Amino acid sequence: MTSLPDPSAIKLGLVIDLDICVGCQACVVNCKEWNTSGYGAPLSDENPYSSNPNGAWLNRVHAYEEFNSEKVKTVHFPKSCLHCEDAPCVTVCPTGASYKRAEDGIVLVNEDWCIGCGLCAWSCPYGAREMDPVENVMKKCTLCVDRIYNDNIPEEDRVPACVRTCPTSARHFGDLGDPNSKVSKLVAERGGYDLLPEQQTKPVNKYLPPQSSCESNEDQFSLLEMAESNSPKGFWEWMDNTLERLG
Amino acid sequence: MHPAWSIIFFTTLSGLGFGFSTWVVFGFIEIRNIFQLIITAGFTFCLIGSGLLSSTLHLGHPERAWRALSQWRSSWLSREGILSVLVLTALTYWFLYTFRYGELPLLINITLMTMILFTVYATAMIYASLKTVTCWNQFLTPVCYLMFAISGGMLAITWLMSIFGQLITSSTFQILLILILLTWAFKIKWWWNLDHSQSESNLATATGLGKFGKVRSLMPPHTSENYLQKEMGFVVARKHAIKLRVISLTLGGIIPFATILIGTSSSLLLGIILFIHLAGVFVERWLFFAEAKHIVSLYYGDKTSV
Repeated sequence: MTSLPDPSAIKLGLVIDLDICVGCQACVVNCKEWNTSGYGAPLSDENPYSSNPNGAWLNRVHAYEEFNSEKVKTVHFPKSCLHCEDAPCVTVCPTGASYKRAEDGIVLVNEDWCIGCGLCAWSCPYGAREMDPVENVMKKCTLCVDRIYNDNIPEEDRVPACVRTCPTSARHFGDLGDPNSKVSKLVAERGGYDLLPEQQTKPVNKYLPPQSSCESNEDQFSLLEMAESNSPKGFWEWMDNTLERLG
Repeated sequence: MHPAWSIIFFTTLSGLGFGFSTWVVFGFIEIRNIFQLIITAGFTFCLIGSGLLSSTLHLGHPERAWRALSQWRSSWLSREGILSVLVLTALTYWFLYTFRYGELPLLINITLMTMILFTVYATAMIYASLKTVTCWNQFLTPVCYLMFAISGGMLAITWLMSIFGQLITSSTFQILLILILLTWAFKIKWWWNLDHSQSESNLATATGLGKFGKVRSLMPPHTSENYLQKEMGFVVARKHAIKLRVISLTLGGIIPFATILIGTSSSLLLGIILFIHLAGVFVERWLFFAEAKHIVSLYYGDKTSV
């Protein structure tokens, strides 16, 4: 049934650190790579080498600028399904294809039941669902359900592909229902927040704010000073010391 | 939102069919012979049926459409599907029974009429229940859908009565005029709400950024248009919205109202008015989708309010 289950004790999800993400798109690529051969139908690519490629992706990285009259800060912004507790995409589904798992809160699509009406994508405020242009079924992030419980792969790989591949560790995976988990502590320490809280979807995924390092002091920052402040090493240290001794 | 032809056909035609059948069950038209039965029932089922059929064209997997009848507990789309099937079955029995044995008890007729109107309500609630599209998410959305169905249905039944040579009383025309007036009053208020409502969401709440100022989109996450932009980023209509609203109001409201006010019971003229009215409602429904903004467009740097 597409009625929502009672909130689960375990709430698996992602914590995304906007302070660290460099927008390299590796998570986007690895997500596509894993999910095109994993859960459900392959993620299609139409005209991939043309000027107008088209396809379904489960993870996209936007880039925004925070700015005022004096400064500008670039923030790379990964966005995928937030596995909401009150997921509107689940309740609008007429077939029962879209569902939220009672045991861990993952929102999934049963592609054999999906009629491709697109209503779930309309109901999602985050743009987390994309219709596959070839299979005509709705695709979305599965939180790599076929990795995280997979006994056939090494333990360190049992995390979502995007998390595993992130070169800067900007993405964290864990149980946000457990206040003592690593991810919950991160959220508490760094002031993790919900996207579009006014939509009342209660997203499980949280975002960690970028530090306001733009609050730079008035002094000019000199790279020369930085280089000169370091004491020289090796040959230059010897030369420095010798020349000092010469008076 | 992308105005898909299939959905526009579905909501206008099935809406008219449901409204028409409400008045048939109400007992406005007297079905005297088999010929009139075929015309009346055929008109009803063609409108509702073609609407429903075109809505399945919108699906990625129409062969699985039967599955949509399963989730009535939570989904308005599912409720709408179930009610449509129930109404079509009930109407078939209603036509056959009343033609063979005469009138059914009032209670049965009232139940059937409620069911028909509730189907139109369910259609509207598919859209009105979406929090992500602010202008749809208002009480007047189902009111407008119901009013268009009832007033259009009344116009259609008046036309059919004139074809059958039945007496159309002046009070029938008066009711029709009031219904057309009310329909457009609600619709104009709906448009006013669309223009004057301010969403509490913006790029700052969507991203949680903007602590020391404003937020703007720097780079799109992909190089070509994706599904979200095609489906929810339709902007063409907004440019001509006012002109199209005037066209819609003129065709769907002013022309039918003025013609009926002058007084006509010629079936040809009523048929033409019905057609013009339908064209007006068609434009209205096109705008309903085309003017609607989805909250996800914020992530794509939509600067106007959602």
